Amino acid sequence: MLAEQAATGERLRRLFGKNSPMGGSLTLIITLVIMIVVFTAMSPYFLQVENLLNIARSIAIIGIVAVGETIVLISGGIDMSIAAVMALGGLAATAVIRAGQPFYVAFAAALAAGALVGFINGGIVTRLHINPLITTLAIGQIVRGLAYVGTGGYTLTVALRGYTDLGRGRLFGLIPYPVILLAVTYVVAHIWLNRNIGGRYVYSIGGNALACRLAGLDVDRWRIVFYMLGGIFAAFGGYVLSSLVGASMGNAALGVELDVISGVVLGGASLAGGEGTIIGTLLGVLVLGTLTNGLIMLNVSSFWQMVARGSVLLIAVLLDAWRSGGYR
Amino acid sequence: MNLDSERPILEMRAIAKNFPGVRALSNVDFDLRHGEIHALLGENGAGKSTLIKILGGVYAPDGGEIHLESETVAIDSPVTATRLGIAIIHQDLNIIPGLTVADNILLGQHPVSRSGFINENRMYARAQDMLQELGLHLSPQTRVGTLSTAARQLVLIGQALSRAPRVLVMDEPTSALGDADIEYLFGVIKRLAEKGVAVIYISHKLDEIFELSTRVTVLRDGKVIGTRMTNETTREELIKMMVGRELKEMYPKRQVTIGETILEVRDLLPEAAPAPVSFSLHKGEILGMFGLLGSGRTRLVSGLFGATPASGQILVDGREVKIHQPLDARRAGLGYLPTERKTEGLVLPLSVQGNLMLANMPSHARLSWMQDQAMAKASDRWIEALRIVCTGRNQTTRNLSGGNQQKVVLGRWLEAQSKILILNSPTQGIDVGAKVEIYNLMGQLCAEGKGVIFVSSELPELLGIADRILVMCDGRFTGEFARAQATQEKLMHAAIGEAVPD
Repeated sequence: MLAEQAATGERLRRLFGKNSPMGGSLTLIITLVIMIVVFTAMSPYFLQVENLLNIARSIAIIGIVAVGETIVLISGGIDMSIAAVMALGGLAATAVIRAGQPFYVAFAAALAAGALVGFINGGIVTRLHINPLITTLAIGQIVRGLAYVGTGGYTLTVALRGYTDLGRGRLFGLIPYPVILLAVTYVVAHIWLNRNIGGRYVYSIGGNALACRLAGLDVDRWRIVFYMLGGIFAAFGGYVLSSLVGASMGNAALGVELDVISGVVLGGASLAGGEGTIIGTLLGVLVLGTLTNGLIMLNVSSFWQMVARGSVLLIAVLLDAWRSGGYR
Repeated sequence: MNLDSERPILEMRAIAKNFPGVRALSNVDFDLRHGEIHALLGENGAGKSTLIKILGGVYAPDGGEIHLESETVAIDSPVTATRLGIAIIHQDLNIIPGLTVADNILLGQHPVSRSGFINENRMYARAQDMLQELGLHLSPQTRVGTLSTAARQLVLIGQALSRAPRVLVMDEPTSALGDADIEYLFGVIKRLAEKGVAVIYISHKLDEIFELSTRVTVLRDGKVIGTRMTNETTREELIKMMVGRELKEMYPKRQVTIGETILEVRDLLPEAAPAPVSFSLHKGEILGMFGLLGSGRTRLVSGLFGATPASGQILVDGREVKIHQPLDARRAGLGYLPTERKTEGLVLPLSVQGNLMLANMPSHARLSWMQDQAMAKASDRWIEALRIVCTGRNQTTRNLSGGNQQKVVLGRWLEAQSKILILNSPTQGIDVGAKVEIYNLMGQLCAEGKGVIFVSSELPELLGIADRILVMCDGRFTGEFARAQATQEKLMHAAIGEAVPD
């Protein structure tokens, strides 16, 4: 009996486990398909092109930010400051626009602000050996506070067409620009993680930082780079958000870091580092976005939506533990 | 000898276990008598650990029966195993450093007073008894985190004994211990056996098996090759049973002319070391470094490599180099194979290729983009040259045997074209066949004009393969011997800081 059970478990694990070619993605794809089937059956509007594009647009910003968080998580760190950096990026962009500069200067300013915060995060974590969770929480609060100070608590609106077009416009009047940005970001990030030395070091350092140091890698410098990428993608997301809203606010993207980390972990990135993929993150974000959209279609209250999202994350984490061989 | 010692306390009959694609155990019979020390011997992957995990309730067997005191038992979990009186001390020390010795010994069975609180007086008294029985002069209130590895090992034995086991399993308990500590541990094990505890002792070291065990069972490829009375067998027979072939040349002879100085170390003072040390290494030379646990060998070589802070002067090929971190050491042509291959050597989730290329990625990249074909070619070359047994360059290193893992770390430095290789206990915990291959590789490296620093705590291999041996004691060199003059006795004398006899 016991032996049989163990054998069945072993077989299942071989099919869906981490080492199978399907990896963690298969469970996510199945989840996605089930959700689509259920929501389509319950609402006639769900499977229409307009709604699918809605889903895509709603996840675009979180998806872009999630790329940076994926890199930081795989490399063995965590970045809790991303939501605040989004607000800061938006603020930097609108401030530059309001000073009469063109949108690309605003874009550069936003990314520079994100890179700076990432540099500070990485510097503190690597040089002062402070736990990244605490460090980035603290830096996040400081940055959020500065964003409130910078906006003076007001909403800084921008009406420049070139600026707001990015968030609101559509290619051929159909595909929202943020969705295109999302797609481009994911293709580039996927190639970078798999083909670039930097990407390889993300996995190596996340897998065993000590062994990498003893192999003569400049581990500290690379980790700072990874935190900077985390900040840059967060600021990028913040820029798109502010261009969509046409304004920057101190409380922009409040609490979004939890949604982002949920998506990334759901996508199979290990909180212990060393594991995760860009495709997984995309699927993770997609599952959460589809769930939210479907629940809205079904008129489920936002309170219950939170319960559902939390449950999905919990199930994902349990699945992850089971896949890697038990809950021990 | 009393009658009891002939009666088996434990019988495992026709045990079988399959993992996907691997037959880990097939038709294994094993029995254990009262009061005997039964050694379990076999190369890595022979099935020792699987057998022990079945006994400990970690794995369910696919077939076979287990009898304990002639009763058939089903060991379906580690809890059941403990309840049945089977105590297993695993290779990795499962100890809680933040708790006291008494807490660790009585883990899970603290004496509880009527009010529901832990009765500290009784706990310390019971732990004290246990420590006395082990002959360990330690306060039960000591925090385990402050103890040496040997003492921790003994605390774990104490933990096992507090559950009054009938069967005690020890999985390579000496792999992290120095020679003096091993002697002490053996005394404890022998006393336990005299008291009637049946001990299964797993080790790669033949010396230990001959010193300690009454019988020895050899496993190979998941099958029992045979069981012998230890005093009726020989090393040659056991090695033959283990590897299935004769090992004529355990320590291959090399004909290498030793060249000019490649590394000179002047007054190197690692952090927390008592005194600075100086030495030099030549092209084509294997420089052995011997010392007991705590003698400062690892501190010295990791200071030399920049892994821990150190001051002093280091010259490579006559030119001074500044080594502040491993990165500088790598650039200066040094390579370091650390003791702990799983935590310090390898990035376990990465593939064989990922680990081989780790220190030399930029030379296979153009503008930071990796040249996949060049990398694959280089990886395959090392896999072939070092005879790394794996399913291919994309296999994760987690699933490799110890010897092959070690070869991957070594290959990384060859790929990085290191001229000076510092090997810290490269053969620790790997099987005999793999050891010989590592010795052969070291010989090849010398033939290519590289210099090798070979740190080891096993005398036979040092005597067999090093051209020159430096002995450390308390952070100082207490002896230097050419291979021709060195004997086990001389080295041991120097290692414990006594005058070396002529």
